[in-house]
This record gives sequence, structure tokens and C-alpha cells, in this order.
Amino acid sequence: MSEKRKFNEVNQARRRVDGIGLVTGRALYTDDYDVPGMLSAKVLRSPHPHARVKSIDASKARALPGVKAVLTWRDVPRVIVTEAGQGYPEPSPYDKFILDNKVRFVGDEVAVVAAETTEIAEEALGLIAVEYEPLTPIFDPRESMRKGAPVIHDEPEWLIPIPVEMDPKKNLCGRADVTIGDMAKGFAEADLVFEHEYENQYAQHVANEPHTTISYLDPDNRLVIISSTQVPFHVRRIVARALAIPVKRIRVIKPRIGGGFGSKQDIVTEPLSAALALATGRPVRLQLTREEVFVSSRTRHHCVTTLKTGIKRDGTLTAIEMTALQNAGPYGTHGLTVLTNTGSKILPLFRCPNVRFNAWSVYTNLSQGGAYRGYGGTQSGLAVNVQMDEMARAIGMDLPDLYRKLHIRKGEGSPVFAALGEGAEGHAMTINSCGLADCIDIVLRESGWAKKRGKAGTGRVRRGLGMAIMMQGSSIPKIDMASCSIKMNEDGSFNLLCGATDIGTGSDTVMAKIAAEVLGVKTSDIIVYSSDTDLTPFDVGAYASSTTYLSGMAAKRCAEKVAAQVLAVAADTLEEAAEGIRLDGGKAVGKKGEVTLARVGTRSLYEKDQHQIAAFASAFSDQSPPPFAAHVAEVEVDTETGKVRVVRYVTATDCGVAINPVLAEGQVEGALLNGISYALSERYIYNERGRLLNPSFGTYGVYFMRDLPEIRTFLVPTYEPTGPFGAKSIAEVNINGPLPAISNAIFDAVGIRLRKSPYSPETVFNALKGL
Amino acid sequence: MKMTLKINGATKTLEAEPGEILLDVLRREGYKGAKFGCGQGFCGACTVLLDGEPVNACLLLAGLVEDREITTIEGVGAVDRLHPIQEAFLDAGAVQCGYCTPGFILATKALLGKNPEPTEGEIKDALDGNYCRCTGYVKIVDAVKLAAKRMGGARRGRRREGAR
Repeated sequence: MSEKRKFNEVNQARRRVDGIGLVTGRALYTDDYDVPGMLSAKVLRSPHPHARVKSIDASKARALPGVKAVLTWRDVPRVIVTEAGQGYPEPSPYDKFILDNKVRFVGDEVAVVAAETTEIAEEALGLIAVEYEPLTPIFDPRESMRKGAPVIHDEPEWLIPIPVEMDPKKNLCGRADVTIGDMAKGFAEADLVFEHEYENQYAQHVANEPHTTISYLDPDNRLVIISSTQVPFHVRRIVARALAIPVKRIRVIKPRIGGGFGSKQDIVTEPLSAALALATGRPVRLQLTREEVFVSSRTRHHCVTTLKTGIKRDGTLTAIEMTALQNAGPYGTHGLTVLTNTGSKILPLFRCPNVRFNAWSVYTNLSQGGAYRGYGGTQSGLAVNVQMDEMARAIGMDLPDLYRKLHIRKGEGSPVFAALGEGAEGHAMTINSCGLADCIDIVLRESGWAKKRGKAGTGRVRRGLGMAIMMQGSSIPKIDMASCSIKMNEDGSFNLLCGATDIGTGSDTVMAKIAAEVLGVKTSDIIVYSSDTDLTPFDVGAYASSTTYLSGMAAKRCAEKVAAQVLAVAADTLEEAAEGIRLDGGKAVGKKGEVTLARVGTRSLYEKDQHQIAAFASAFSDQSPPPFAAHVAEVEVDTETGKVRVVRYVTATDCGVAINPVLAEGQVEGALLNGISYALSERYIYNERGRLLNPSFGTYGVYFMRDLPEIRTFLVPTYEPTGPFGAKSIAEVNINGPLPAISNAIFDAVGIRLRKSPYSPETVFNALKGL
Repeated sequence: MKMTLKINGATKTLEAEPGEILLDVLRREGYKGAKFGCGQGFCGACTVLLDGEPVNACLLLAGLVEDREITTIEGVGAVDRLHPIQEAFLDAGAVQCGYCTPGFILATKALLGKNPEPTEGEIKDALDGNYCRCTGYVKIVDAVKLAAKRMGGARRGRRREGAR
């Protein structure tokens, strides 16, 4: 297929297929479903960071009028699970009972109540008598592996279903140690060696919709779970295990989702809601409060990254050694895979013959880590891009010139791809498309880099420019699978059913456009229904930047199979060979004549050789082509207050062919502003007892519209030959830029080097004053 | 207690408990476009218009809106005849997950009702009470500008017709 192909639907401006329901407020999110007789559920949470439940007495709560069930650890199956919504077998440890007699962070689940009203459920929580035996907590990941440290997971059932190095007795829940080349030789060849520690803070995704699940038993006594999830098929599998019921008894329905960003890639509210539905026989709604979302759902992993780089004076890298200590929190959901991605999402970006990635993920009694857009690339992006700036300045090279010299190009591979994968070894890969050189040129030109860099001024408010480059992947190679089915209707429209999970990303629209392109119809002729485990084929779900690339590939293949069937009917109708017929404009156009798809559909269902035109297709990839991006941040630093303000921010992204350009830009801008507020203001503040002190919109630090700087977004078209119509992913990559780009810009403005985020006014002020 | 108020132009008599929050009453009555986001008045997912002004329905006691007029997203446009603001939100790419969208559209409606040609700064001030994590706000600002342009265009067109 030619790279210059003109598309009819793909890459064209189209409204999203679910748009009308969304702008009229009629789209149904989980909490919008009215199920008659629904109970309200509330969770009793631990006030202790680490404790054993010595006794628990729920009799008073159960006696409260209106209370229908109270479940404690004694009332649920003693089955160990992981709540990480990953493919099976999961690379996360099975270290969680849905209710346990040990608690491991402030906010851990102790008991759950279902009652006629939320108020009664809340009242019942206060009637549950719990006696705790407090245990010594761990709040610093540097302490977790010390000899004699408290053991957070001493349950004998603990297991890891894949052969990797973990040891709960040492609080170790993830390990990677990969060496390519000869490190000693590499550092010996360097003219200069840099070594510094970098540290990123905890963060929450703050999707606007809190985690919500409604569970009920249908007339056949099957368990129906309507849930705000990114991973409906993983929810089905993990809930079945946790509740010890067959997979076939569960149906998971994903309605509209109010954002996820990784926070809904775990099972969070599903198991307890489902357990209560089974216990009461009544529908049960469990919705987290905003405070619970902050305290008890998932976070970005806090990580301490030590980076040591050897460089020659001409900018050649001789060795990179990255050492990462990741704070997994109380349960190891995604710990190992975020850890390995900390290496694999940035180290291949730079040409270097000698590379070591040496890393640990450890349990602590702080907040639970999980999947978060960027998935390790954010953590390492800070370390590598800031050190690049430090090195470029030391050897007297302009930072973009160092990037240009070092970055991976089309036709090249990296030994890191094969060495480091998803918790284990990876897969060799050659870059088939790379627009990074163009991305760098664009952000330099549009930011005025040559004129503005190094011109801080001398006043109270100084200006600076900083840069970063980044890559991500497109799906998890040789693990993720997506599938799709399409059937034809008599009016020439098509039903497309897919497991791909639209969480607001626009993936339903992406699937429709790809199918429409193949079938020669309008996007609006494709009716998409997604993510219902009874009705749609399997898909791993919305994560790992996989949907456009992998689910899109399934849609393309499926549409091609359907197109072949359409052409066969058209050939018979037109009495000419199918090879000479093409699908265009809702018609099959042959050499002799043409026939509408409505005629083809009607004929196939009602008139001759009657059959359903339909197909299934799956997609599985041994590749994960990276999208690339370059960023330039321009900041103002107030030297009297330490306040940093982003004035302008320019990004350029290579996502291959953008299936839906305006939605692709939206992915860039959403990721970017999330990254900017993370760099400057978002943070978790704990007291000395491990309690989160700022679990609210008002105190956590997300940005609102007044905080919005000038943002300029560029998409650099390339063509990824392995992707559907040339597409790669775009969802995650741009969240990795602001931490380093803003740090580098602050250095350009005021000459202080910040290696620990966030760059709050007090941090900057103290650094300026040398405190 | 029974209370009477106007919702989307129609007079309604509703049942509400003393101390009940407007958001809960509206959602129970089927106005599900107003969403729960934080329950603390920060995120604006629950935004409705009270006598034309955006308010957080999660903070208002239902009893306080007796005899007043509420506009919810269900009262803006129709599925087969979208309001120009709704059209602009779709065309500008301002809708991702859509959870915040009803609130933003209502806040935009209030803004453009008072100020048909807002500057970018005025848009940011007017919509600062509504949170969105998906879009980074860029396309929402674009959408408000686009809506203002299209609606202003329609107004100017009407004025011209009136002059003839």
C-alpha cells in the first residue's frame, strides 16, 4: 500500500460516532443506570497503615434496619488474586484478598456494607467494631529491603504466576537487571561521566468519573457487572477467581466511561459490589467518593532513579546505567511492568552500545501504585532528559543537536527492545517509521529556540526554554490480542462489535473509520457496539497505547473479510469478476456497472443464495512501533516567590497516520496538561502515620482552565507499515515530556537544576536561596 | 416535602427530603446529564443553570431552588437538532469522555448569553469552575470561540434581515 494513499474516511475530519449522546447528556455512564431495588454500598477502610485485624464484630451493623449485608474477610472466599487488569497470566503478584485480616495502608478495605440507602450504609460502617493490632509500617522504599524490615506480605498464599524474581519476605515485588555490552569498558571510554539521582512523586489520574460499579443477578442467576472499567474481559476473569464462580456466570458491560488514564485498568470496585449482589440477591451500586479515589484507588508509582551516563566530548554515548527503586505501595499491581517499562520506554531512544538497567520494585505502606498513562516512561523520561541537558551544557553542545546525534532512526533497532519487555525479556524490533527529526525541527522553529534559549534576562522574573524527546509503544507485543466482528444489514450499514474499550478516547470512532475506509462507506454507516463480554469478541482493553494500533488492525482485517463477501455478491449481481470491482461511496463499482451496498445487503438476506455477510478477525502483533514526540517548554520563574509559570508549550508528535486528527490532537493536549500540572503542582502529602492529607480537587493540584498556558500542537505525518492505514498510538507518549522539559527550562531561566518533582514554589525558592 | 420549580421551561412539582442536595433530586427525576464528580463544588461536573447562572448542583440544597428556574443539559438542543454550542463542541474536538461536557456546555451557554464575543481570557475565567482531564482544555476554548462565531454570525444575519 502506498504511503501517499488518499483516504476517504481515515485521517479526515469526522464527528465522533458517540458524540450526540455525549453533548446532549443522554450517554449513559455506570451511575446513570437505574436498576430497580438497587442497594447502596460503602466500604469501611483502615485507619492504620499496617495492622492485623484482631477481631471484627459486625453484628450491630447487621442489625441496623435497612442494612442488607455486611461482609468482612470471614464472609468472602479466601482466594488470593491480583487486582491488576492485565492479560493472563498476570505479571503482577497475587497478593490481595478482596477482604483480609491484615491491612496494609491507610484506606485499605476492611469491610463492606450494602443497605437501602447510602446514609444507612454510612451509619452501619460506624457500628462495625474492629480491633487492630498495629504493626510497624514502611513509608520509605529505601527502607523496604533493609534487613529486619517489617514484612508487608506474610500471607502463605502469596504467589506470582510467571517465573520472575520476587520475594515477599524481602518486600520485593519486582526486579529487573539487564546488561547490554560492557559497562566497565563503556565508562572507561567516556570523556565525562555524569551520575545523579532523580525522583518523581506520587500522582493520581483524577478521571472526572469516580470508580463506579453496579452488580446484579439476572433472571438466569447470572451476575451482571456494569462498571467504569478499561478492561471488561479482565474484570470478568479476575472477579470469577476472586468470588470462586465460573467465568461463564459473569457478564461485564462497559457503558460510557468518564476517563481512565490507567486508574480503571485494575479491578477496584467490581469484586466487592459483585460479592454484595451475590450475598443479598439485590442489585448493588458501589461508587467511590472523590476522597476514596485519591486514597484507595491507584496512583503513579513514586520512583527514585539513579542515572549514570558516560559521554564523549563529541556527544557520543559510551554507557548508560539506570538504577531504579520503585515504590509499589501495599500491593504490587503493575509494579513489575511499570518497572521494566521505566527502562524500555526510554533507553532504546538513544544510541548507546553499553546499557544496564538495574531495578527493584518494593512494597511500602503508602498508596497503591498502578497503571498511569506513561507507565514508567514518565519516571525515566525525567532522569534521561534532564541528564541530557546537563551533559549537553557540559560538552558545549546545543541540547537539540545532542538529541539529533543520538536518537534512534527508521531502519534501526535497539538491543534494549529484545532485552527488556513486559516484566521479562522483550522482542527484537526495527523502527519502521520515525518522524522524530521533523518533530525536533518543528518544536525548535515554533518555540523560537534559537532566539530565546539562554536569554533569561536579569529582572525578578526570568524566562527559560527547556526541551525533551520521548517515545512510547503501540500495544504489548506478543501478549495483547484484539478482535472484532462485523455483519452487514440490508440497508448497506454494518454492525461492528469489538472488545476495544472506549473510555472517552474515541476508539469507537477510530474503529468505525477504519472499517468504513475498507468498506467504501461513510463512518456513520458503521454502528459500533463495544466492550460487553457476552456480546462482543475479546480485547485486552484500553491500555498500553494498543487500541488504535491493535484493535484498529482487527477492525481492518475484519472489514477486509466482509468486503470480500460483499464483492462476491456484487460480482454475481453485476455478472463480472469480483477482482475488477471496488467498494466506493456506498456502492460496488464494477467495470460493467454498479450496485449499491443496500442492494447487496438486501439480496444476501432476502433474495438469492441467502446468507449473513459477516466475519470475525483478530489481531496480535510481534511489534510495538513507538510513537515519538519532541517538546519545548517556555517558562517564567519568579525569583522572589519561586513560582514557575509555563508561558508557552510546543509539542510535535509522530503517531503515524492520525486516524482522527482532531481527536489525536486532543490526546496530545490532554496528556500534556496532565504532565504540566504534575510537574508543577500535583502531589500526595502524607502525615507521619501514612495518611494522605490532600485527597481533594481543592488541595491536590490539578489544573483548571485559568492555568492553561499557550499550547501549540503539531502532528508529524509518517506511515507505519505494520499499523492499520499507517497508524501508531498517541495516547500516552506526551505525558512524559513536561517533567524534564520544565526542569530544563527552569535551569535555563535561573540556573538551578531540579531533579525531584514537583517544582513547587517552595522547592524552587529554596533552591534559589541555596537552602 | 413537595416543591415546585421550573426545569427546562416546564413547571414541575417534585418530592425532596429536607437537606437533600439538588444534584441527587435532579438525577432521581431523570436529569442524568448532571454528573457527580467530587461532591465538593470543585469540578463542575454537576453544573446546572439556576436562573441562567451556572451553579454546582452538588452543593445546593434542593429546597433553596423552590420557585426558581433550572436549566439542565437535557434542556439544551435536542438529539435531532443540536444547539450551536453542542455542534461546536463536537466539531472542535472538545468532547472526549464527555463526563464534563454537559457542565461545560451549560457554563458556555451562560457565558455567551451575557457576552456573545468573549476574549480568550474571559472564556478561561468563565469556565474555570469546570474540570476536564481529557482535553487539556485547548479544544474546549476552541469550541467556545467557534460557538461564539457561529452564533454571532446567526445574530448578525438576523440583524441584517431585520434591516432589510
